Amino acid sequence: MVIKGESKPLEAQGAATGLGTRARPAGRGRELPILSTVAPRLRPPTPEGSAGARKSGPKQTYVPPPLESRPFAAEIREWLEVLETTPLLELGARADAVRRQKNPGDVVSYIVDRNINYTNVCVTDCRFCAFYRRPKDAEAYVLSYEEIGRKIDEAKALGAVQILIQGGHNPYLPLDWYLGLLRYIKEHHPIHVHGFSASEIELLVRITKLPLDEVLRQLHEAGLDSMPGAGAEILVDAVRDVIAPKKIDASRWLEIHEAAHEVGLLTTATMMYGVGETWADRLEHLLKLRASQARSLARGKGRYTAFIAWSFQPLHTEMEDWDIPLGTGMDYLRTTALSRLVLDNFDHLQVSYVTQGPKMAQIALRMGADDFGSVMIEENVVSAAGTDFIMPEAEIRRLIEDAGFKPQRRYQDYTPVVEGEEGCPCCRWREAPAAAKVQEGRGD
Amino acid sequence: MQTALAEDLRVWPTDPRLVPIAEKVLEGRRLDPEDGIALFESKDLLAIGALADWVNRKKNGDRVFFVANQHINPTNVCILRATCVFCSFARRPKEEGAYTMSLEEVFAEADLVRDTPIREFHIVGGLHPKLRLSYYEEMIRGLKERHPGVEIKALTAVEIAHLARIEKLSVEEVLLRLKAAGLDTLPGGGAEVFSRGVRATIAERKLAAEEWLQVHRTAHRLGIRSNCTMLYGHVETYADRIEHLTMLRDLQDETGGFLTYIPLAYHPDNNELGRRLGRTGTATTGFDDLKNLAIGRLYLDNFDHIKTHWIMNTPKVSQVALHFGVDDLEGTVVREKVYHEAGARTPQGLSFAEIVRLIKDAGKRPVERDAHYREIREW
Repeated sequence: MVIKGESKPLEAQGAATGLGTRARPAGRGRELPILSTVAPRLRPPTPEGSAGARKSGPKQTYVPPPLESRPFAAEIREWLEVLETTPLLELGARADAVRRQKNPGDVVSYIVDRNINYTNVCVTDCRFCAFYRRPKDAEAYVLSYEEIGRKIDEAKALGAVQILIQGGHNPYLPLDWYLGLLRYIKEHHPIHVHGFSASEIELLVRITKLPLDEVLRQLHEAGLDSMPGAGAEILVDAVRDVIAPKKIDASRWLEIHEAAHEVGLLTTATMMYGVGETWADRLEHLLKLRASQARSLARGKGRYTAFIAWSFQPLHTEMEDWDIPLGTGMDYLRTTALSRLVLDNFDHLQVSYVTQGPKMAQIALRMGADDFGSVMIEENVVSAAGTDFIMPEAEIRRLIEDAGFKPQRRYQDYTPVVEGEEGCPCCRWREAPAAAKVQEGRGD
Repeated sequence: MQTALAEDLRVWPTDPRLVPIAEKVLEGRRLDPEDGIALFESKDLLAIGALADWVNRKKNGDRVFFVANQHINPTNVCILRATCVFCSFARRPKEEGAYTMSLEEVFAEADLVRDTPIREFHIVGGLHPKLRLSYYEEMIRGLKERHPGVEIKALTAVEIAHLARIEKLSVEEVLLRLKAAGLDTLPGGGAEVFSRGVRATIAERKLAAEEWLQVHRTAHRLGIRSNCTMLYGHVETYADRIEHLTMLRDLQDETGGFLTYIPLAYHPDNNELGRRLGRTGTATTGFDDLKNLAIGRLYLDNFDHIKTHWIMNTPKVSQVALHFGVDDLEGTVVREKVYHEAGARTPQGLSFAEIVRLIKDAGKRPVERDAHYREIREW
């Protein structure tokens, strides 16, 4: 496997981005390769990378916690009863009624954005992940600011109104790298930045030893506009202990999102099911999210805008050979419908066509979902696990119309995109002050 | 009436046009062509599914049939290569990728499943200009000798008519000779869409509707039961679809010989039609797949079984289809070729255990069947 692009030490990269030598964390001797091109999609691990050898491990057994010991036990029991007694189409029709009430007008929205994965270096070793590489892996990369800027320009030329920027938990990147990146984006390639999931935020808290809200405030001020809901997996620690033992626990994930809301950020929430968990686990996850949303709504600042469920994709992950019963079509639709019914304080439900395929995603529009997610110009994480349903915008619109809905481009905050309008309304307010800050903040 | 029925149905239509249709279905009255078209036009997917599910439960309870089968495609050489523009499988005799299996190769491929519980060989292929009736007779006879418990579902109406033509025999004579060799049932392929206009566009030189139906009529008279299909999602209109279904329903009234109806989703990749329509990469939608299955169930009131072909519909949609009036999940289908040439991204086979799991996960009872839907095993 040859990865295109030059390898450069962080220092050299820092000079090019105006970051100076501060970009290199003290006490870290190793220089990471900086690649100008992200690895191609659908790439299996190669012998040169350590991934092939590393990403296999003994099957872990999961013992679900007893129902009585769970939070929301009574309500979990009630919903389990609903699942047991309600046929698929009736459950779907109930969810469809809720969806129509919450989102009248027969509209299905979607956003044009680009996923930019700034690094695949990660030390969290999640067993379900095919994307990450350990720091010393031959395939490890960090994108340069310029490379990220070029990707943003390409995306904007194609109509993108947002970038989703996420990466591994890379201990070699200090907070200044992130702040510098955000300022660089806002100054040179302005666009809505939806970025850095809760577990990346936690890494920054640990690296800087700053309080959580301080890290979030600095990121927000530097240009972070909203936060994606990744890393939630299943918000039950017993499940996390099996699939992602080094990742933040469930309560910390929720705490970080609520802190982000407190700072004024909008976030989303996700669930990755089909990792061997039970329906009680999925319900506990949903009920925890509902309670978290209730707390944030009461504070009246940020909130969760949407919920997205997808199923675990096993290829090239440590769990590939665990023989886990993978998420079925029934699973996806019942999970979608159930989410719509349980999450009564969430406005929007997105489909996951990338993992479920266009057919299932379209069917889910009649079972509670009202948003087609993003027309992705780039996607690397799910593709690394062998699932690769990327569709052009015209095809997404065809599917939405075929299901009897009107397709509508939107921004991150779900306001519709209006022709001739420049930029995202939720971050337009700060364009002038942000530009000033960027000037101050630049090191050169 | 609405309240009582709504309770029975559990999902009452939100589309007002479907209400009289729902009442008809629940009263056991036959649907008219206008009803069929209204169903195709409606976006009320869940109500259509619930109606079809209601009918299916009356006929099959919570049983879902499947068969452990292997597909064998003896040749992809086809004299219709140039004119069946929807096909990605066919080749001219000298074209790159053209193949024709010797009988030894067919037997060797069949032997791959000797130690598996395979119960059915599904044998279809191109219209080869030189392969004679004797080739197929020997193939069927040889397979029966080598695999005595296995049933043979072989040769579409189009292939039967082709053999009759090159052998200068009647369709009846060809069918009798194949039956004597061990043929059990006929697959339902080659029906495409019966409408003259559609056939002129997508399969100009293929057996016409009346001839296709006549082969099946003859087979039924000789005690050979058969399947039927419709290839949807290309240039046909809803009216074309309903005309097609009406012709199948009429023949079923006459003979009762059809075992199952299988709507087949058109795949636009790697074929002339897909290029002409500019449809590369755009398969049928999930809505269209589920509606074709559910409407097949509702309109074909004289059919016992409706089959989803997971090869085209994907295993996920096929599992969901078990709640949209479908009672047959096809089979294990070892090494599918025809649809994968057209860009199908599904696996080429599903394991026995996976099929059983999908059916159980849908809340249904898996029943392994033979070619005539006799129950072999339950799980």
